[in-house]
Amino acid sequence: MIGSVPGANLWLPKPALQGLIDRLRELGYEVVGPRVADGAVTLGEITSLAELPAGVQDEQEPGRYRLKVIESGGYFDHVVGPHSLKPFLFPPRTTVLQVLRVRDSWEAHSPEPPRPKRAVIGVRSCDLHALAIQDRVFLGSTHRDPEYAARREGLFLVAVNCGRSAATCFCVSMDTGPAVTGGADLILTELPDGFVVRVGTEAGGSTLAGLGCQECSPTVLAEAELVPKRAAAQQTRRINPATVHDTLMNNLQHPRWDDVAKRCLSCANCTMVCPTCFCSTVNEVTDLTGEQTTRERVWESCFNEEHSWTGSGAVHPTTKSRYRQWLTHKLATWIDQFGSSGCVGCGRCITWCPVGIDLTEEVAAMEGERK
Amino acid sequence: MTSPPANPWQVMMTTVRAVTTETPGVQTYDLTFDDAAVTYSFLPGQFNMLYLPGVGESALSVSSDPGDSTKLRHTVRVVGNVTRAMARLRSGDKLGVRGPFGTAWPVDDVRGKDVIVAAGGLGLAPLRPAIYHFIRHRSDYGRVTVLYGARTPEDLLFANEYDVWCAAGLDVQSTVDIGTHDWHGSIGFVTTLLARLTLDPARTTVFTCGPEVMMRFIAAGAVGRGVSASQVFVSLERNMNCAVGLCGHCQFGPTFVCKDGPVVTFDRVRQLLLVENF
Repeated sequence: MIGSVPGANLWLPKPALQGLIDRLRELGYEVVGPRVADGAVTLGEITSLAELPAGVQDEQEPGRYRLKVIESGGYFDHVVGPHSLKPFLFPPRTTVLQVLRVRDSWEAHSPEPPRPKRAVIGVRSCDLHALAIQDRVFLGSTHRDPEYAARREGLFLVAVNCGRSAATCFCVSMDTGPAVTGGADLILTELPDGFVVRVGTEAGGSTLAGLGCQECSPTVLAEAELVPKRAAAQQTRRINPATVHDTLMNNLQHPRWDDVAKRCLSCANCTMVCPTCFCSTVNEVTDLTGEQTTRERVWESCFNEEHSWTGSGAVHPTTKSRYRQWLTHKLATWIDQFGSSGCVGCGRCITWCPVGIDLTEEVAAMEGERK
Repeated sequence: MTSPPANPWQVMMTTVRAVTTETPGVQTYDLTFDDAAVTYSFLPGQFNMLYLPGVGESALSVSSDPGDSTKLRHTVRVVGNVTRAMARLRSGDKLGVRGPFGTAWPVDDVRGKDVIVAAGGLGLAPLRPAIYHFIRHRSDYGRVTVLYGARTPEDLLFANEYDVWCAAGLDVQSTVDIGTHDWHGSIGFVTTLLARLTLDPARTTVFTCGPEVMMRFIAAGAVGRGVSASQVFVSLERNMNCAVGLCGHCQFGPTFVCKDGPVVTFDRVRQLLLVENF
């Protein structure tokens, strides 16, 4: 029996990954992994290795995302698609309160949140960092979010070290990847014939029993270490986390905000794909009789005018004020509030912006002016 | 302050006991909790989320006496869907409440000091609990001055209480932007009342609530007279949805107005308040 204590590295032949999927399902987990849907690599339930996007690579540029298939490619050759862990913990639509008319009054109760057991395969380092950030938002202050807390408890994470970077990635500069440094139950590095599995937690190690894991030779380990290094070397975009806070907060009247406002459609795509954006709003959903009301929490975006609505009008009435709100929060005041940046360098906001606005360019423009 | 509920979304039902029209478009709702087991207390300056099923919630500050646990009052102006529907409530109707939320006027920290309460328009409502506190504990404080400005004489909120506040040892001064033929008081912004006031900056604290531009001028005026910016407290208004710092609507720089505010020191926000639409 090979030791599977946290920190151990084991060799898992490629077909044995099916055994891990089966094992997790036997343990009661819904297994979620990357698969191709709607022309993108998205996250959804999988039961078999065959559903993984073998050989699929994503070409990402500002405002552009395309897939291509490489002969004899790996299962995890893609980088990050539009999905992150966010929708699994903080669902786009959820019920926070149910209200029933009872005689001349109302009875209100907050439903017990679901407690799904879910295992996600193929999580990248940037998304693990995003998860840690959302943990601080939803669990770190006086009021914990009950739904997030319930979903977080049942989460099992199988991370993967990236072997490629997309052109939009900048995790190296944010110190959030591409090598996974923790926060997962198992960490895979894909090589042509199999995976190096690093055990992250005891729960992770115990799932490996009987899957045919072998010892890792030093050669294989050395080869595995090169994988995220290769991805890191491909990155060209960057943000300087040491200076970005002051760059933005000292330039709140910079003409670049007007410039970006001319390009920004205020469509909210960036906030929807962002793995850390957490804004929500609660809608009243009433049945036709008026006897029943459900309070539904849905994702909201600071790019919507209603987001900042008060009795005396919107606090952020212009695209300029909304873009500035988003970027200064993400990269600057998030640090003041939560002790870390709200950005993990995943590049999704760049790729999925329909007009290709690149936050690293916006910051660079303001950095340049400051000097 | 009551301890935070395990589930921030849970609503407590109340019954409206009285609806009093204060000024045109502004009403005060007296509420009692339906569940006798509810022990509710709040600190001056805190707010509740008031809820009408099928309509929605609105963040509204408490305007009653924090020392009287039998009364919960909200003074509300009609501005949106929820407050418009609330204006149709009559005695006996039901209203949901979540709260209390947010920071309070630091009445305990300023014992022994002179306090200037500077309010504009409906901004007097969240300050009234502090005024009641000063009256209840009058000997704990030095001079307490209420400076209040409204648009017209008929917009002066709680006007029938000013004599009571004066009799209790407070200096109450009011002003209006636009006078009427029977108005014999001061005309001009509330900032002019502050400018006329003699004060000892080293022992003065300012609590101010009203339109943001008014609070900025009050705060700048007080700081200009030598009051420390950390002794000037403002109550901010932003969109509040969850009230517990989870929904993002009220984020203002490093501040979640719902939980780090609404009452904050002027020095915390002075720079950002100067940035238009921030």
